[in-house]
Amino acid sequence: MQKYSFNIGLWGMALILVVLSQIGALDFYIQSVIMFIGINIILSSSLNVVNGYMGEFSCGHAGFMCVGAYVSSVLSVILFSQNNIFGAPLLPPHLAIVGFPIVVIISGLVAGVTGLIVAIPSFKTRGDYLAIITIAANYMVISAIENIDVIGGPRGFMGMKRVVNSMTDVVNIPWMMIWVILGTFMSIWMIRRFVSSTYGKGIMAISQDEVAAEIMSVNTNKMKMAAFMLSSGLAGVAGALFAHVLGYVNPQSFNIMKSTECLVMVYLGGMGSLGGSVLSAILFTLMLELLRFIIPAIDTGLHLVNILPVTYHLSQVWKWVLIPLTLILLMQFRPEGLMGNKELPDLFPGLKKFYKFK
Amino acid sequence: MDILIQNLLNALQWGSFYALIALGYTLVYGVLLLINFAHGDIFMVGAYIAFFVATFFLGIVDFSPWVTLALTVPLTMLLTAAVGVTLERIAYRPLRRKGAHRLYVVITALMCGLILENGNLALLGASRKKFPELLDKVVYTYGNISVTNLKIIVIFAAIAVFFLLEFIVTRTKIGMAMRGISYDKFAIPLMGIPIDSVIVFTFVLGSAMAGLAGLLFAMSYPILEPYMGALIGWKAFIAAVVGGIGDIRGAFLGGFLLGFIEVGVVAVFPSTYRDLFAFSILLMILWIKPTGIFGVAKTTKI
Repeated sequence: MQKYSFNIGLWGMALILVVLSQIGALDFYIQSVIMFIGINIILSSSLNVVNGYMGEFSCGHAGFMCVGAYVSSVLSVILFSQNNIFGAPLLPPHLAIVGFPIVVIISGLVAGVTGLIVAIPSFKTRGDYLAIITIAANYMVISAIENIDVIGGPRGFMGMKRVVNSMTDVVNIPWMMIWVILGTFMSIWMIRRFVSSTYGKGIMAISQDEVAAEIMSVNTNKMKMAAFMLSSGLAGVAGALFAHVLGYVNPQSFNIMKSTECLVMVYLGGMGSLGGSVLSAILFTLMLELLRFIIPAIDTGLHLVNILPVTYHLSQVWKWVLIPLTLILLMQFRPEGLMGNKELPDLFPGLKKFYKFK
Repeated sequence: MDILIQNLLNALQWGSFYALIALGYTLVYGVLLLINFAHGDIFMVGAYIAFFVATFFLGIVDFSPWVTLALTVPLTMLLTAAVGVTLERIAYRPLRRKGAHRLYVVITALMCGLILENGNLALLGASRKKFPELLDKVVYTYGNISVTNLKIIVIFAAIAVFFLLEFIVTRTKIGMAMRGISYDKFAIPLMGIPIDSVIVFTFVLGSAMAGLAGLLFAMSYPILEPYMGALIGWKAFIAAVVGGIGDIRGAFLGGFLLGFIEVGVVAVFPSTYRDLFAFSILLMILWIKPTGIFGVAKTTKI
């Protein structure tokens, strides 16, 4: 029983979050922050499979997120809501509760298949050349979607809020919160199961030495394909959830900037540390949101002591100066990221009593 | 035929910018094996420095445009080089000393780029700057082909820089030291070569070229904005890799190749398809030749 206390605690926390948002104790802003934390956890941990565990440098993660977001939103809007592609919904909207997870899984699968654009060239290319392929893949996905006019092109795509509303019409509970939490738990569980399995250990072998791994009978091509497809598929799931939380998607919101955010989260947490990814996703999202309130406070503070000229006000752009600065400073003092390549029970061995999560 | 030649000239000009920036990427990568993701933003900083220097000399000191241009070129290159070296000194060198994993240095470079572009946006505001006109525009027309003098200057500058760098890297002592560091970073200090000053010199060269590219870009497309370096920087990096990163000829060729592909796509298809086609073609090149056009496959011994 003691072994499971961590899992029970986790599910308990999820339940508390859902109940709190149901009774209205958490306002919509805090709810959305929590959902973004969940989505960022999926993103950073899935990118960690490629960048951390496999040791390749993939920096176009947002491209796959984009595929997931668009596939899921187009599917869910076509199936469950009035739209300007087919007009009437193909299925009755109250089926959205059952249909939505299927749509998310399908979008994850499609994003996983898109991951093949990166996976197949990666058999021959190594190291930094792969970084380009991933950047190029990111640009290609965005550019392709911008040129499909049926789904909005550069104007973006909306209408997912109606699908979410049709879910709450049937049973009035915070559905998106539930889906995000389930998605987060599922993806962490999948990644954990994958990298700790005998099969998945091949990924870590590739990160150590690819040629040696090949000699030790690791099928490196197959492993790479599995890792890339898992990683991009989960990014697709994250994108699907992201699209439905926001209710609006735009190709440019999945550009290199978003990929950079994913990279930052992975390296902030530490390569090859799932706990680190989770921790850094939480910290990063909170930092982003907290600066929204801290910057005006600093602004008024500096104006009080008359350091700044009266006409100049600190804008929210400073957020994107302060965050990179913090990260650079952090890198100077802890160059291996927050957790290095260790997991939580490695740092606190006492936790192993409560922790059986493979 | 005329349209073809006109497009070729446009592609040469467009490719020159990519080539100039890609040269900076390839120099730093060749020596340090570091993808200096801040390089595109150093290009942007170069354009802004050129703007401030030029407006200072034109407006405040009131020099003639020709004198201003003659002063702006070296000053921009010098100041941009100073920015590049500062980044190296503050952000990369401490990490290198600590022996951090290579990718963490790359992430630091990304962060430096973000700081440069957003710091610029936060300090100078979102209003776009109009670059003053330094050259009297002369248009040479042959039949239906028209060439501005600026276009010729840009293309020649790129070619001159290429030959200069090729000369420095292959014929001089410091170039030999650079090649040595890229060959074996641990044995080179034992030979009495000051590794840090060679690296600083590399950054000086790369950033000065980015500054020159920024100046020429600002003269050709005289609207400056803080994010102008981001996209062109990523693309130049891709160009450098397609040419075979770490190789100067490769960077040069890759830059022009990307320029030709982009202008060619825009000439045939609607311009929204530019990125899609350009990157698909580059991906295919990398698929066929995984280490780039001039790259040499590394053999690994176990």
